[in-house]
Amino acid sequence: MDAVADWFRWLSQAHGINFSLFYDSYDGWRFVEGLRTTIALSAVAILASIVLGVAGAWLQRSPRAAVRRGVAAYVQFFRNTPPLVQLYFFYFAIGGLLPRVADAHGTAEPPIGSFAWAAITLSLFAGAINVEIFRAGLEAVPRTMIEGAKALGLSPFAIFRHVILPLALRIGLPSLTNNLVNLVKTTTLAYAIGVPELLYASAQIWSEQFNVREIMTVMLVAYVGLVGLLVWAMGRWERAWRIPGYAP
Amino acid sequence: MTHIASSARMTRIASSVTPLRTGVLFLLAAPLLIGPAAAGPASSSILGALVQWSPLIFRGFLLNLLVSVLAMSIGTALGIGLGLMLSSPVAPLRRAAWLVTQFFRNAPWLALLFYCMFLLPFEIHVFGLTVPLPDWLKATVGLALPVMANVAEIVRGAVQSIDYGQWEAAKSLSLTRGQTWRLVILPQCVKRMLPPWMSLYAVLTMATPLISVVGVQDAMAMVRAALSADGRPELLIPIYVMLLGWFFLYCYPIARWTQALERRYAVHA
Repeated sequence: MDAVADWFRWLSQAHGINFSLFYDSYDGWRFVEGLRTTIALSAVAILASIVLGVAGAWLQRSPRAAVRRGVAAYVQFFRNTPPLVQLYFFYFAIGGLLPRVADAHGTAEPPIGSFAWAAITLSLFAGAINVEIFRAGLEAVPRTMIEGAKALGLSPFAIFRHVILPLALRIGLPSLTNNLVNLVKTTTLAYAIGVPELLYASAQIWSEQFNVREIMTVMLVAYVGLVGLLVWAMGRWERAWRIPGYAP
Repeated sequence: MTHIASSARMTRIASSVTPLRTGVLFLLAAPLLIGPAAAGPASSSILGALVQWSPLIFRGFLLNLLVSVLAMSIGTALGIGLGLMLSSPVAPLRRAAWLVTQFFRNAPWLALLFYCMFLLPFEIHVFGLTVPLPDWLKATVGLALPVMANVAEIVRGAVQSIDYGQWEAAKSLSLTRGQTWRLVILPQCVKRMLPPWMSLYAVLTMATPLISVVGVQDAMAMVRAALSADGRPELLIPIYVMLLGWFFLYCYPIARWTQALERRYAVHA
């Protein structure tokens, strides 16, 4: 490890190419913490958005028109407005109006922090697109399949849980991958409300070390790597769930 | 022959949507028209404050739209070139284009924006001329890069979806490769590319507030400036809702139009 650090220190001194995060332990720590926050934010938002997507797609089949209209309004609002403005709206407008609570040190803190607001907004934003993805998947399930399940005496919920949903999820997986990749990229927006994620940590490093070019490059490689990891994981999920001989 | 019919259909769609677009533009322009009349001493009511601030915010919003149109134009021009390289028979060219496309598609938009803001010079020298590069133009280039990569993917997908028989038929008519592209392949691609291209434009428009993060005075920056100048917490929700509403009014019709085109083309596929 020391040899690597020494080499990067030499590179900085001899050629002015300053990858400070590879030899300065504080910069390295900040970068890794940023990466961890980005991964945590992505993981929370991915899970919550999938739950929202399934719930929304299920509610859109409700016999009550008001419920269907409510889900449609949610989807259209989040799909057709800028994610950054949504984030500011929730963090500053909604968050700013919530009463402050005293924390363990006695200072008044907002009840929902910036990380939580970023997670909530990103989940709602990606969830709206997931509703559309799962709805398209549900509509693609063959009617005969549902009739068959009815003939076997399954309850409506059991039909949804055991027949429709497993097929719809498989049909929707490629689109879901696209949306989740987009979600991971959108976590950079949390920078704007001061969540110490990867972009924020990188900006802190380059504003102190004046090595924008180097840090920016490492950061972009890290994001492309994260996205690559997600695409690989989704590909494995897709293969693991494949029903041999069944092409939906 | 099919592409002649399809372009006629396209013109019909375009003309049928024009009234809707003008309607939306009018709605968007309304604050600008009533703005000067209402701009007087600071009003105490929330509606008054909205009317007072909206001309300023709307000028920022126009910058958002300008940036979106410019970035889309630059990104489309570059993306078509890159997309054709992706379908090139020359392997090294294809691989290089693939690498560029993957990089710019998978990098976060905001990170690319930072990249351009920091690494582009503030002025460029061409043929002895000094051309200044203001911040908003640098931001436009930053947004055009991911658009380029996405357009390239759209072009590649469309080219691949054209049946191979079309190439063979063109060859049997002794068309050159250039003629085949120009007369047979690309006209058929346009129809398939239009819906995803329009969705991309909507996504780009909704990404334009990101330029406020790197210091460009767009609608989002104006909203924040207005809020800090006014200093009234009760104005927070109405002013954000107004900005969200403007973007919605602009992007929702595009989304509906895209859906209509998709349905229309699905029948003929």
